[in-house]
Amino acid sequence: MLKIEAVLQPSKLDAVKDALLEAGIEGMTILEARGHGRQKGHTEFYRGREYTVDLLPKVKIEIVVSDELKEKALQAIIGAARTGRIGDGKIFVSRVEEAIRIRNDERGETAL
Amino acid sequence: MFRRATLMLLLFACLGLSPLALAQTSSSAPAVQAPAAAQAPVTQAQIAALEQSVHNAQTASATAQSAADNAWMLVSAALVLLMTGPGLALFYGGLVRKKNILGTMMQSFAMMGLVTILWAVVGYSLAFGHGNAFIGGFEHVFLRGVGLTPNTDYAATIPEQTYMIYQLMFAIITPALITGAFAERMKFSAMAVFLSLWSLLVYSPMAHMVWGVGGFLNATGGHVPSLDFAGGTVVHITSGVSALVTCIYLGKRIGYPHTNMPPHSMVLSFIGACLLWVGWFGFNAGSALGSGPLATSAFINTHFAAAAAALGWTIAEWIHNGKPTALGAISGAVAGLVAITPGSGFVQPFAALAIGLIAGVFCSFMVFEVKSRLRYDDSLDAFGVHGAGGTLGALLTGLFATGAINAAFGRNAAGAALPTGAMDGHWSQILNQLAGIGLAWGISIVGTLVLLFAVDKVIGLRVSPEEESAGLDLSQHGEEGYDLNG
Repeated sequence: MLKIEAVLQPSKLDAVKDALLEAGIEGMTILEARGHGRQKGHTEFYRGREYTVDLLPKVKIEIVVSDELKEKALQAIIGAARTGRIGDGKIFVSRVEEAIRIRNDERGETAL
Repeated sequence: MFRRATLMLLLFACLGLSPLALAQTSSSAPAVQAPAAAQAPVTQAQIAALEQSVHNAQTASATAQSAADNAWMLVSAALVLLMTGPGLALFYGGLVRKKNILGTMMQSFAMMGLVTILWAVVGYSLAFGHGNAFIGGFEHVFLRGVGLTPNTDYAATIPEQTYMIYQLMFAIITPALITGAFAERMKFSAMAVFLSLWSLLVYSPMAHMVWGVGGFLNATGGHVPSLDFAGGTVVHITSGVSALVTCIYLGKRIGYPHTNMPPHSMVLSFIGACLLWVGWFGFNAGSALGSGPLATSAFINTHFAAAAAALGWTIAEWIHNGKPTALGAISGAVAGLVAITPGSGFVQPFAALAIGLIAGVFCSFMVFEVKSRLRYDDSLDAFGVHGAGGTLGALLTGLFATGAINAAFGRNAAGAALPTGAMDGHWSQILNQLAGIGLAWGISIVGTLVLLFAVDKVIGLRVSPEEESAGLDLSQHGEEGYDLNG
């Protein structure tokens, strides 16, 4: 089982969600986040003074999928989120040790 | 270089608008028609009946006028209270960081409670009772003698209790304004004690000097008659200067100025500012103490100044920064409202526009340039807007006041208004205004320093660094302002 964490532009959330659903991935956790990579922040004004805001709003999607679905999930995310500009985001993949369905104690890939 | 030149041009444009004030003429009361001469002989009975009906008509008219005046005054009192709660609470609250929202609002709210009690017990008496030129006496402690009949020293057509409650709302908002300077770092207990004492020892005396019977600066019969229609000196200079003293005494917030501390909710501040604008109609037009044409003049001047000042600050900021901010626009409006306060019942409408425009540009300069150069942490610009705006307004009142709007210094034998301000040729009024300004600055500085020192020694004024980091909401009130996940 693999965990896929994707940090995205908030405006891409709907497109990525739809793409994942189309790929057959139904469970996901969505978090509001702030951060930046190489994308510069923007400047704001307060009382005549300019300052840089470098904690930019982001959205993070976390999904846990079986190994077979890895490439399909990644393609879905990348296809929906890519614009070609700095700020598109990043995806991290890590191994998951256990998955449990709380309702009925199912474990392993059937719990996904 | 280009920006400086354009800003100077703007300032001169503001001053250039001033002559427009001369172009306006005010209308006076309609001419009285002379009755046609009676042809038939008139009996004594008819004369008596006529006298009775004239008397009845006069009584009815006076009653109607009183009713109109009282209605407007009660509404005005409510409007002024609205300025504090929630106007100022929201305006200031939105400008601080999220962790201090409740603490900030509580400071204004505390004034609504505390000052009311103090005013009823002794504050009103010290401000408006008979005393000497500098402070009233104790004749009205516990509001003794303040009933539902008019006090002709102040307002002949409304119950004295209406006058008292109206003035109370001013007494409430004045210390609340000061809280802007020490935002995010003062203990709630210390603030309550400090501002309560300030209300009695700085506000009541100042109110007495300007408005109280026999007051040193009273426009009617004062030793140095000073024109302050609605409290530019009494409210804004005192609170603004006291704010400056307090923020310097208390010191800067931890992390200021290199840590950025932008407003956590400009939305709240925007709402608060608009409530202030509307409430100010009660503050200024209500100071006419009646519902007649003078209230209309003050109402119009208030609105015109706010609009012009919002524009002035916005344009100045647009030139200075390249973008007009919402914070600048609403601050501009408030600056204009502050500046017109002393002159709202004395100047022509186009003078109000000029005053507003000048105040918007001037106060923005105070906040952008002076504050950052001198490096004091006047967190919410209480001095930059109220202290500086009030001082400017008091001076411009001396310039633009005219007897055509308000015969503040009485009339001559022919019935013409005596010269009021420089606009009428009475240039020495500006000196009187300076005297009032000087007195307000002096009392505020001395009174505030003494009180700060005393309260600091006994209770301690500032929260600890840990409390300041955690925020006032948690450290002072054990609450959180927002629980959006709840």
